[in-house]
Amino acid sequence: MAPAPAPTAPHSDSRFGLGRQVRLDGPLRLDSGVALAPVDIAYETYGSLNADRSNAVLICHALTGDQYLASPHPLTGKPGWWWRMVGEGKPVDPARHFIVCANVLGSCMGSSGPASVDPVRDEPFAMRFPVITIGDMVRAQAMLLNHLGIERLSAVIGGSMGGMQALTWPTLYPDRVESAIVIASTARHSAQNIAFHEVGRQAIMADPRWRGGNYYGDNDVPSAGLAVARMAAHITYLSEAGLTEKFGRRLQARPDSPGGQKTFGFDADFQVESYLRHQGLSFVERFDANSYLYITRAMDYYDLAEDHEGSLARAFARTKARFCVVSFDTDWLYPTAESRVIVHALNASGAQASFVELSSPFGHDAFLLEAPELNRVVDGFLRAGER
Amino acid sequence: MNAATQDLRPDLALIARNVTPGARVLDIGCGDGALMAALRDRRQVDARGLEIDPANVAAAVARGLSVVQGDADTDLHYYGARSFDYAILSQTLQTTRRPDRVVEELLRIGAQAFVSFPNFAHWRGRMSLAFGGRMPVTRLLPDTWYDTLNIHHLTIDDFRALVKERGWSIDGQWFLNGDRETTHTNANLFAQHAVFLLRR
Repeated sequence: MAPAPAPTAPHSDSRFGLGRQVRLDGPLRLDSGVALAPVDIAYETYGSLNADRSNAVLICHALTGDQYLASPHPLTGKPGWWWRMVGEGKPVDPARHFIVCANVLGSCMGSSGPASVDPVRDEPFAMRFPVITIGDMVRAQAMLLNHLGIERLSAVIGGSMGGMQALTWPTLYPDRVESAIVIASTARHSAQNIAFHEVGRQAIMADPRWRGGNYYGDNDVPSAGLAVARMAAHITYLSEAGLTEKFGRRLQARPDSPGGQKTFGFDADFQVESYLRHQGLSFVERFDANSYLYITRAMDYYDLAEDHEGSLARAFARTKARFCVVSFDTDWLYPTAESRVIVHALNASGAQASFVELSSPFGHDAFLLEAPELNRVVDGFLRAGER
Repeated sequence: MNAATQDLRPDLALIARNVTPGARVLDIGCGDGALMAALRDRRQVDARGLEIDPANVAAAVARGLSVVQGDADTDLHYYGARSFDYAILSQTLQTTRRPDRVVEELLRIGAQAFVSFPNFAHWRGRMSLAFGGRMPVTRLLPDTWYDTLNIHHLTIDDFRALVKERGWSIDGQWFLNGDRETTHTNANLFAQHAVFLLRR
């Protein structure tokens, strides 16, 4: 598809700005074989496309992320999820870059997903929504870029599941990506990764209110199951040392006992229990249980080498992109060894690759938190491509 | 010494002057990327680096260099044969667990290999050991025996013997005393530092 013309003054163009949503005709041919049409994509853009359209940066979000990259979330009111990385004076800077962040296919913040209305039946897809893959998410993003008139990306950046998309971009569109930054991610989901996701999915499906996914009608949603899924997953995003430092075995303060005490019951006696319950409860306010099923499935199916006769190096054979791979030493969800697999394949394919394992107490979530070294690396890597 | 390389460590400046412009280079133990940056900026070299220290890697990446965090002892086999014109190992040989295997890998990966190392047989070191009875601590070897990263001290003659034993060819050799190049004569006694250009 030929890209639409780029506007000369993005701010006067309704395609650009915060809180955008577009319905694209499609069809989008999915890895499952299903043709999805139409395709809704919710997204935000920041900054302006320069005259030669060379400053576009695509940011890919993680499992439960969204397009509210650097603007307040409409449901929670919290600042954008990557405000530490994106913003004025930050490594990804709207003063320099034209930044795009789209809600992934299968999600629930405005892009097509199980909560979307199936045009054939005039009711939500629920579990009739086709199973999607990371590759499908990337293809949907490419459709969006066509709509925005962006042929080439100066950089595609993502952490965790966003890193999988960033890694996949140059393999599907070798001529459209100049550089990719892959943070706290992996080229394939391990048995352990799949196992944790399966626990989450089973928690959702075991909730009697899930009802085969058909809960949209009366809005009586499987929030208990989704909360448990989130609690289990949240543990994998933190490090043991981080949990110990933050909570240890400390007890939850009570009105009659500021230092807390054991109740000899099953209330949240420990601070860590209370914290996890809070994480679960606040998550269900903003996320759809079926979307959680579909997106975790997409991640579990992810194995980039599988699409290239089992050779990860072959996946990168056609790209000229520069790569920057970053891992964190306390991340046990996607440990450094997974990043090294990517780097060795990049080296074997002759690609320009950088890799660094950074130190952080925060585990997998480190990329979302205070990580000055990460910002320094991303900034230097991006500027190197801009000179 | 020309302006292009005057801010580099002497052995690195020497290597930089002898790399063919436009070549593909792998710098193993590249530190913060000083040599790579000079090669890129002044000699249009396509440089890649391998470095064990994460702070150094971060500094090199922040300079816009392609540097991978890794270990010369374990990670070189991921690079393809003859994938570079030069493999460079500066001041790192004596820190590896198996220096001989590392040089073999260098000569597999690169058409040629630069190897630079401090000469443990420099007369000051000999004096310190012979008369002081202590392991030498000098400007070039500033660490004490228990905290030095150098686990395989070697001399220029040791290295020449290894080259001969393995049947490698020496395409060039340079010797440094402080910042200055020094004579080949009695280099094993008078040179603090040696740079060899090898091929298999």
